[in-house]
Amino acid sequence: MKTLRTFIPPLAAMLLAAAGGASAQGVLIDKSEIRFVSKQMGVTVEGRFRKWKANVDFRPKELAKSKAEFEIELASIDLASEESESEVRRTVWFDTAKFPVAKFASTAMKDLGGDRYEIAGTLSMKGSAKDVIVPVGIRKDASGNSVAEGQFTLKRLEFKVGEGLWADTDAVANEVLVRVRMVLPPVR
Amino acid sequence: MVEQPILPSTLRAYGYHKWIGLTVFLLVLVRLAWRWTHPVPPPAAMPEWQRRAATLTHACLYLLMLGIPLSGWIYSSATGIQVVYLGLFPLPDLVAKDKTLAAVLKAVHITLNFTLLALVIIHAGAALKHHFVDRDGVLARMLPSLSRR
Repeated sequence: MKTLRTFIPPLAAMLLAAAGGASAQGVLIDKSEIRFVSKQMGVTVEGRFRKWKANVDFRPKELAKSKAEFEIELASIDLASEESESEVRRTVWFDTAKFPVAKFASTAMKDLGGDRYEIAGTLSMKGSAKDVIVPVGIRKDASGNSVAEGQFTLKRLEFKVGEGLWADTDAVANEVLVRVRMVLPPVR
Repeated sequence: MVEQPILPSTLRAYGYHKWIGLTVFLLVLVRLAWRWTHPVPPPAAMPEWQRRAATLTHACLYLLMLGIPLSGWIYSSATGIQVVYLGLFPLPDLVAKDKTLAAVLKAVHITLNFTLLALVIIHAGAALKHHFVDRDGVLARMLPSLSRR
């Protein structure tokens, strides 16, 4: 009984990890990234999220059946300093205690030709949901993987990210550029 | 330990701090160019050791006036935050982001500043001593309006 009990937590953790990493095409998480660029006092500051999950099923010939879903753990933010990382977890910013996850779910995809696509979807963060359109370009890398790269600009105040004194966009700009790079293994 | 929240004013102060520092750096370069092209007036009469101390102090002041903004600039680069003068002109990052280096540079930047502060106090004290105690022309040499009275 005792031995069994010691085994259950790691087993459960493994199962959870497998479920979390599950995605239709198995996005290569280590090669993929979700980054963002914000402006503070005119200075471009880059960051990224360390933990996120993806559920991508991309079929160029069947766009209606394709989907792209992401869940981003906001507390896993990687910024210039630990001080600023703990700052953005606060209530006035992401409020990660109450809203730990930001979600994106595609609603429609459009072929623009020349390996370019337009992915429309809903971005939910801190209790607000907004429609966004993400232009994406897809290319093959040396090992035959598909590399999808897209970027879009969001306005942080539309999601109440940076409230109160921080609503002042002179110190931190309203626009945040989000850059996504997903590496998908070749479809078999 | 509960960390204090950062305020927009803090962020702004960091910005202004860097812009002022860079302005000083540029002004020091102008000053050096002036010093290079304009000879200093002949030194006032004083013991040799005092003249040597003055020369050494001047050299240290110039080094610090250049070194302090530079160390701040490198420090900012090491923290991964680019310096953008007046929020308009981006300066190149002098080193790559490095947390260990950043901690060292922060200490260097602070130490150099207190060294400069100490030197300025000693330097100004020496100038006042020359003016009020020795009553030689050292201060008037720097402030010609004093000798006209």
